[in-house]
Amino acid sequence: MTAPGQAREARFDARGLVELDERVPNVAEIEGGRARFDARDLTTRQINLELRRLIYGEGIADVVVANPGARHSLGVGILARCRIAFEGSLGYFACGMIDGPEVTIFGRVGWSACENMMSGTVLIEGNAGSLTGAAIRGGDLVVKGSVGARTGIDQKGGTILTLGNAGSMTGFMMQRGRQIICGDAGPGLGDSMYDGVIYVAGKVKSLGIDCVPGEWTDADSELIERKFSIYELGTPPRFEKFVCGKKLYNYDSLEPSERRIVL
Amino acid sequence: MCGIAGIIYRNGDGAHRIGRDLTRMLQSMKHRGPDSTGYALYTVPREELILRVKLADSHDLDDIDAAEDIRRRRRQAEARIRAAGARIVSSEDINPYTFAATLDYAGDLKRLADHVESVPRAEVLSLGHALEIVKDLGDAGTVARSYGLDGYMGSHGIGHVRMATESDVDISNAHPYWAYPFSDVAVVHNGQLTNYHHWRRRLEAAGHRFASDCDSEIIAVYLAERMSQGDSLEAAMVRSLEELDGVFTYICVTEDALGVAKDELAAKPLVLYEGDDMIALASEEMAIRTVIDREIETYDPYESQVMVWKR
Repeated sequence: MTAPGQAREARFDARGLVELDERVPNVAEIEGGRARFDARDLTTRQINLELRRLIYGEGIADVVVANPGARHSLGVGILARCRIAFEGSLGYFACGMIDGPEVTIFGRVGWSACENMMSGTVLIEGNAGSLTGAAIRGGDLVVKGSVGARTGIDQKGGTILTLGNAGSMTGFMMQRGRQIICGDAGPGLGDSMYDGVIYVAGKVKSLGIDCVPGEWTDADSELIERKFSIYELGTPPRFEKFVCGKKLYNYDSLEPSERRIVL
Repeated sequence: MCGIAGIIYRNGDGAHRIGRDLTRMLQSMKHRGPDSTGYALYTVPREELILRVKLADSHDLDDIDAAEDIRRRRRQAEARIRAAGARIVSSEDINPYTFAATLDYAGDLKRLADHVESVPRAEVLSLGHALEIVKDLGDAGTVARSYGLDGYMGSHGIGHVRMATESDVDISNAHPYWAYPFSDVAVVHNGQLTNYHHWRRRLEAAGHRFASDCDSEIIAVYLAERMSQGDSLEAAMVRSLEELDGVFTYICVTEDALGVAKDELAAKPLVLYEGDDMIALASEEMAIRTVIDREIETYDPYESQVMVWKR
């Protein structure tokens, strides 16, 4: 067992990269379609390899990872319907590029969690760092704590639901999808957004360029109530809706190739 | 990229293994900056002044006359210290090119520092009643071993692992920066300052010297200058958000306080843990977890936030 703070002897491969390609550790206890393993003494690469072995190799749909130790890049690129629980905080780039899994993180995450997620759900019990849900295309990302700056930057779909506050430039350049923020939002909300919707229940410090209040419809209420009931979050507070003003970009201008076809 | 870290214990008895803990934190963030590692460590304030001086860089040791040159500079530096009116209570070689001295001196610190630095290649790393700055090339493990930091006991400290972007890779350009010529103030910084030349010209015109070409040194001198004008650490840091331009998360430490500031875009990371007995902060939670081996509640301060804790 590695004592806290005791540095693992670093190894470098010919490319100068730390950690040689590791072998699958095969340490999980598998019982009745469920698997669980302790990540305390494993490297990042070993944890991910063990996860992949269980999900793809053994076909197990319910995996618990104990002691992730706030390490970066865990649970990345999982492309299968399954359930993964991390019993502790994760570092940067947690669960990036996933397509399908239902992930629960009993802790917090660092920067850039769920980057480019395609589908599935990620439930984070604690806080999240900046750039959470960057460029996500689908699925639900639920943060029970607060999120950092530039949440949902370049968001292209899916829903980001935050029970706490959000930092500056939330929804920066978002193109589609929804953000539901139950707390306050920092300055520059929805700056340069192309499309999509941001709902904020608390105070908005300032709106970003071309982000304007939107008209509330029944579909908005229905969406928020549905998300709150799925994740058992109680009665939703009253939200304000913000959308793109469509003034910043000239949406009528055509690409040269399009012009030839239309005109 | 760079990585920064800090620890402050709420009870300032100075009986904490700051050296070992910061080494663990910095070593775990080696991937954020392998060029150099630095520490600003604080003990219980003493009557005497603690002076740390570097006389050369590690690569100078390959020169044929290096040892003799360094011995000569050391003799000259001690002579200049006495000439400035200070009494050398004790002095020791920290490594072949760095020495530390405790001094009996009540005069102007600028005069003392300038006297020492009038010796060619000599640079005052730190000067104060509680502060000791240690910085050198290599990762935290290497620097800690070379300077014997494992047993260092103190009340608070900060550290930095550097990935050089703006200036050279040598000891002068490594963090932390002592806020010449102000006692016991040091800064580590992750980010870039875009109005560096503007502030450097202003502060040089006000009589301050800069030991490096690194933009981060501005922050240390800027804050110390504001505090010498009567600002509290917190007030100086809040003002810096307006007057320093660029992206930054920096940590500033004084004899009895540790403060952190983030720019208005929150462009650079910082994770914060506030416990009953101590506060630990770092660019990545992984670093904090090397000194607190359990699940903890942490959060990231928001944009334009300034937070200060006293020991």
